[in-house]
Amino acid sequence: MRATTRARHILSHLDALEAESVHILREVAAEFERPVLLFSGGKDSTVMLHLARKAFLPAPIPFQLLHVDTGHNFPETLEFRDRAVARFGVRLLVADVQSYIDAGELRERPDGTRNPLQTLPLLRAIEANRFDAVLGGGRRDEEKARAKERVFSLRDEFGQWDPRRQRPELWRLYNGRHRPGEHMRVFPLSNWTELDVWGYVRAEGIELPAIYFTHRRTVFLRDGMWLAPGSWGEPQAGEPVQERMVRYRTVGDMSCTGAVDSPASSVDEVIAEIAASRVTERGSSRADDRMSEAAMEDRKREGYF
Amino acid sequence: MTTTEIAVGDLLRLATAGSVDDGKSTLVGRLLHDTSAVMPDQLEAVRRASRDRGLADADLALLTDGLRAEREQGITIDVAYRYFATARRRFILADTPGHVQYTRNMVTGASTAELAVVLVDARHGFVEQTGRHTVVSALLRVPHVALAVNKMDLVGYAEDRFAEIAGEFTEYARKLGVPDVVAIPMSALRGDNVVEPSPHMTWYAGPTLLEHLETVPTGGEPEATRLPVQYVLRATDFRGYAGQLSSGMLRVGDPVAVSPAGHRTRITGIEVGGTPVDEAFAPQSVVVRLADAVDVARGDLITPVSTVPSPAERLLVVGCQLASRPLRVGDRVLVRHTTRTVRAVVEAIDERLDVHSLSTDNAADTLYTNEIALVSMRTAEPVAVDPYEYNRHCGAVLLIDEASGDTLTAGMVGVPPWWP
Repeated sequence: MRATTRARHILSHLDALEAESVHILREVAAEFERPVLLFSGGKDSTVMLHLARKAFLPAPIPFQLLHVDTGHNFPETLEFRDRAVARFGVRLLVADVQSYIDAGELRERPDGTRNPLQTLPLLRAIEANRFDAVLGGGRRDEEKARAKERVFSLRDEFGQWDPRRQRPELWRLYNGRHRPGEHMRVFPLSNWTELDVWGYVRAEGIELPAIYFTHRRTVFLRDGMWLAPGSWGEPQAGEPVQERMVRYRTVGDMSCTGAVDSPASSVDEVIAEIAASRVTERGSSRADDRMSEAAMEDRKREGYF
Repeated sequence: MTTTEIAVGDLLRLATAGSVDDGKSTLVGRLLHDTSAVMPDQLEAVRRASRDRGLADADLALLTDGLRAEREQGITIDVAYRYFATARRRFILADTPGHVQYTRNMVTGASTAELAVVLVDARHGFVEQTGRHTVVSALLRVPHVALAVNKMDLVGYAEDRFAEIAGEFTEYARKLGVPDVVAIPMSALRGDNVVEPSPHMTWYAGPTLLEHLETVPTGGEPEATRLPVQYVLRATDFRGYAGQLSSGMLRVGDPVAVSPAGHRTRITGIEVGGTPVDEAFAPQSVVVRLADAVDVARGDLITPVSTVPSPAERLLVVGCQLASRPLRVGDRVLVRHTTRTVRAVVEAIDERLDVHSLSTDNAADTLYTNEIALVSMRTAEPVAVDPYEYNRHCGAVLLIDEASGDTLTAGMVGVPPWWP
């Protein structure tokens, strides 16, 4: 008989990512006066909401939710958003791009995309509600500027990100100190990849909006991307409309979020498809990131997520 | 006696370190590319950007240099995190800049790493920066260090050249108490021994870098159990203490102590994600319930009664200056330890480490950016710290500027045994 018995406790990578995200969510609840969680009904924010629920059980989620509504959202996503809010018993605030356009504070862009127009309503909502921490579903694997983002990312009183003046972030010691007027953007899913998110959706049985799975949709091709006509705009001459079996990899403003051809109708099929995919999530479905080499960095500097 | 191995089995956090021109970007690019973490649309964007700059070939550094200023200046400014996976493991890679002035970035990357890849150019061998990177890895207690002897193609894939560098490095790392050292000859540019075994170095019988990354054991020596209390959870008929186990494990029924007050009680329940469990282990995030209504708040530490750390009001740390604002004797700072923040005054800065010669000088009362020295502090309240040598989380502190909120200094409690 051996003198030493060895018990092995091994955590899977998804459990380790969950533990880290839960830790970050709890740090925010403990360190800040008025945190808010950005929620769009997309897969990343839905996973965050699920993690927030698990972080504080049996107590309720101690955050309000905020959605910056471009006015060009997929109706399925808005319906999902409202159902999720009701189910989790949280309070949702909506910052409305359309009302800023109506009031003349924002102007519609010639290309019809409203993604860059989200920044002003977001910053106004942060200011009006005196939010000091804003939780977002951004992941470092999405884009090379995001790869440089801290988990706790300090924004000045204008909401700006200065990548050259970021605080170093060591161990599990997240520094939440900020001065009045400044706020912190916090990214609990920093270390997750697109596949991790889907793996977690599968493991936890998380419900997602139907547009993530294959469906027949009327689309037209613009700049190599399948866009769906809607209130944001219609196809122009030379952009013939087709019916295709498609799904979405990301959920955003309809004007710049493209669909991909896909037969994937279940989470398992989506995971198999992404694992074999040769195109990045953003490359396949976000027109606004293609505008310039530093499109994401530039928008983040202005206060965008 | 029972020993418990605790590990994250299929996730490895690693950090890379290398000087400016020894091919770190190429190595990172090759790891990402050969594990299919780089998609054709990203490569196409790099080719396009390279053409726009008038380059004949795609510049793979554009793949990782994500910031405008980095691309403009052709240097890497800040730590970036990269993700790749194989069938066996997932990897989180802290990609740290190699410039001499950015020691602080390597400290940042190494603080969470279980493995550090130190690059050397086979033509130049063990240089000043190699020593610096190895010292930082040892200081941060990264359990595994892999020496990547790169550009072997430029020394004719010579076995004796590799053996010479590997020998010198291994001896140096052992002196610093690095527990596990592996040296791998490679050419990141040509793909020798990074992911695929090299046909040019049949004399090498060891693993490729990726094979090593896939098989290196995670976890390591068992450490005393520590649960820093993050947040008090209250609901009807429920009061629980939330936190992430930084080491060890807890079972329902365990007698525990709450530091720094010293209350003793017993664990009556543990939950992970709202589900009751009998036991929990690091790095799980948990909620525990206690038998007695003792006063427990954020910043307290729950430990087994057998391994209670002694709360101290004097702290001696190895400090690495991160901020451009120097740290001076007499400074009042905030000390962040696990979930606890206390005020402190800097009483002494001495024994500044020369990371090239591994010697110290005693003439410091100021710690400038990237410098490493012993820092003594007196805190306003007791802090239950462990020596960093025994616990990477409960032995780590940040010094924070109260006025600006900036993180000034990273501190590791105690003096490592190899300290000169």
